Amino acid sequence: MADPMKIRAGLKGDLVDVRVLMNHPMETGQRKDGSGNLIPMHFIQEIAVKLNGKTVIDAQVSQGVSRNPVFSFRVKGAKAGDKLEISWLDNRGERNSTETSLA
Amino acid sequence: MENSRRNTLKSAAALAAAMVAGILRPQDVLAAWNKDAFGQKTLADALKSLGAAVAADSNDIVIDAPQIAENGAVVPVEITSNVPNTRSIVVLVEKNPFPLVAKFDFLEGGVPFVKVNVKMGESSNVRVLAEAGGKYYAAFKEVKVTIGGCGG
Repeated sequence: MADPMKIRAGLKGDLVDVRVLMNHPMETGQRKDGSGNLIPMHFIQEIAVKLNGKTVIDAQVSQGVSRNPVFSFRVKGAKAGDKLEISWLDNRGERNSTETSLA
Repeated sequence: MENSRRNTLKSAAALAAAMVAGILRPQDVLAAWNKDAFGQKTLADALKSLGAAVAADSNDIVIDAPQIAENGAVVPVEITSNVPNTRSIVVLVEKNPFPLVAKFDFLEGGVPFVKVNVKMGESSNVRVLAEAGGKYYAAFKEVKVTIGGCGG
C-alpha cells in the first residue's frame, strides 16, 4: 500500500487548490472474497495536510470513504516555493506521506 | 525483591521518557481517531458521540452532490462552509451501516472547503455539520443511489 500519492497543487495568489489521490483499498470489513470469507477492514483513518511543516487541515475518516480516495482541499497564506505535505495513517498502522513544492 | 523494585523503577522511567516523547510530538496526539463516534450505527448516536446532537439548520453550508448517483461506491460530495470561523466540517451518510464518514478540522491556513468521494449503500441524506465557536450548524442533501456501494 505504499504506492505514492498523486498531488496536484495549483497556486493562485496566496490560495492553493490541492487535489490528492491516495492508493488504498478502503475495505469496510463487510465484503466477502471469492470463497465467502470476510475481507478484513483496512482503511485510512487519519490524514494531515501541512504547509511548511505546520498542520493546516487535519482529518479523520472512516471506511465510508471510497476506494482509492480523492480529496480536494484549499489552503491560504501560501507562496511559491512553499512545501505542501500530505500524509495518512491507516487502521493497520501503515503510513504514507508525499511532499510537493508550490509553483 | 530488590531486583524487582529496580525493574519497576526502570520501566517507569522508560514510560516517562515515552510520554515526554509523545508530548514533544503534538501532531500525533492531535489526530487521535474517534473510535467511539465512527463506531456508532445510527445517525442520532453518531451525533451524540460527537457532541453535536443539537445543531441549527444553516444555509451557509453549501453541499454539492449529485441528485442521482448511478454508482454508490463513488459519490462525489463537495462542501463549502460559509459559516464564519468554521473549525470543522463533519460528513455523515445517514443510512450507511456506520453513518459518520469524515471529520475535517481546519487550522490556521486551512479553508473550510473539502471534496470527498463517499460510499453509499442506499439512497440517503448526506448530512453535513459545520462547527464554529463551539456550536454546530447543519445542512443536508438527498442523494438517490441506483446501485449500492457497500456490497462488492
